[in-house]
Amino acid sequence: MSIEEVHPKSQFLRDERLPHIWCPGCGLGIVLQSYINAAEKSGIRLENHVLISGIGCTARLPGYANLDTYHTTHGRGIPFATGMKIANPDLKVTVISGDGDLFNIGGNHFIHAARRNMDLLVVCVNNFNYGMTGGQHGSTTPPSSLSSSTPYGNIEQSFNLPYLAAAIGASYVARWTVMHPRQFTKSLSKAMDIRGFAFVEVLSPCPPNFGKFNGFSDGFAEMEFYRKNSVVDNEAKLEDVSIDPHHGKQIILGEFVNKRRPSFIELEREVNRRAMVVEK
Amino acid sequence: MIKENKPNLSQDEIWREPVNLALFRKPQGKVHVIAERCKECNYCTNYCPNEVLERSTNTNSHGYHYVQVKAGKESSCVNCGMCQTICPDFAIFVTEVQ
Repeated sequence: MSIEEVHPKSQFLRDERLPHIWCPGCGLGIVLQSYINAAEKSGIRLENHVLISGIGCTARLPGYANLDTYHTTHGRGIPFATGMKIANPDLKVTVISGDGDLFNIGGNHFIHAARRNMDLLVVCVNNFNYGMTGGQHGSTTPPSSLSSSTPYGNIEQSFNLPYLAAAIGASYVARWTVMHPRQFTKSLSKAMDIRGFAFVEVLSPCPPNFGKFNGFSDGFAEMEFYRKNSVVDNEAKLEDVSIDPHHGKQIILGEFVNKRRPSFIELEREVNRRAMVVEK
Repeated sequence: MIKENKPNLSQDEIWREPVNLALFRKPQGKVHVIAERCKECNYCTNYCPNEVLERSTNTNSHGYHYVQVKAGKESSCVNCGMCQTICPDFAIFVTEVQ
């Protein structure tokens, strides 16, 4: 048990910053490791991978990856990534951010990036609440769930993120939990090859906030909940995949959408070509 | 509509070669723990299929009871990599023993 032991993924990590800031039992480390594994297998040179985030617990994630990473302002990860992809289409740009960052403050940026079929991979780590600020409810908190700002149960309906992304026209939509790291890694690898907007939702435990309020004693209890209550159904009807465990609904996982439509970069190149012909 | 877009499974994904029992050797792994990074979340101890791991009675400098290999179970690891995959803290990994 010597301190000189070097983790096999250490070349992709900023080792000097570990152990990281996240709580015991938080799933974000598993998300980071899955992303690293997928990026390693993707066949794209690591110099061309860019990782972008907004603000929040999840947004600390790029700080631990030894790639070109950017920690942008709250909710603005996708616009930043869009600009970067247009300026240099050779890059493989990934946005990893939390549900609060991507869908509460940054919701408009998400829908417009999906509408344009922008060549991005967006990973939403969904922990069902605002973890960093003390566990307030947000747009992804399931109905009847408790949180520090809904002590008698949440009365609002939550976002059904895969349905939302598919309705706007995302090219690839999947959902996994951190209890399914191998499937999640495979899904990320596939999403990195997609030309167009790829969206992967990953459910993660939040032991000190959402978990504590909703009767999960620790991260392991929440992981067991995911293991026992998840069903993989790639053919599921997307309007039925909302997360509502308080009313006896199982969590449906899988790769829901994988379809081809011209991406923004492809269309832009074509327009540029036509414009050049007209000018000549 | 979604069904139409389902990718077809390639033959590589369906066909499997049968295991040749005469040549097959059970893989053996060695568990490495970076004790300073462990945060005692218990994922590896609970999800190890061979129950090789346990919490130590000692603590690291942050006060967490880090993970260690159970006494007498040193050769039970089959190098499946589950502990490494599920560890959120990059604190545990396995290497294959030849």
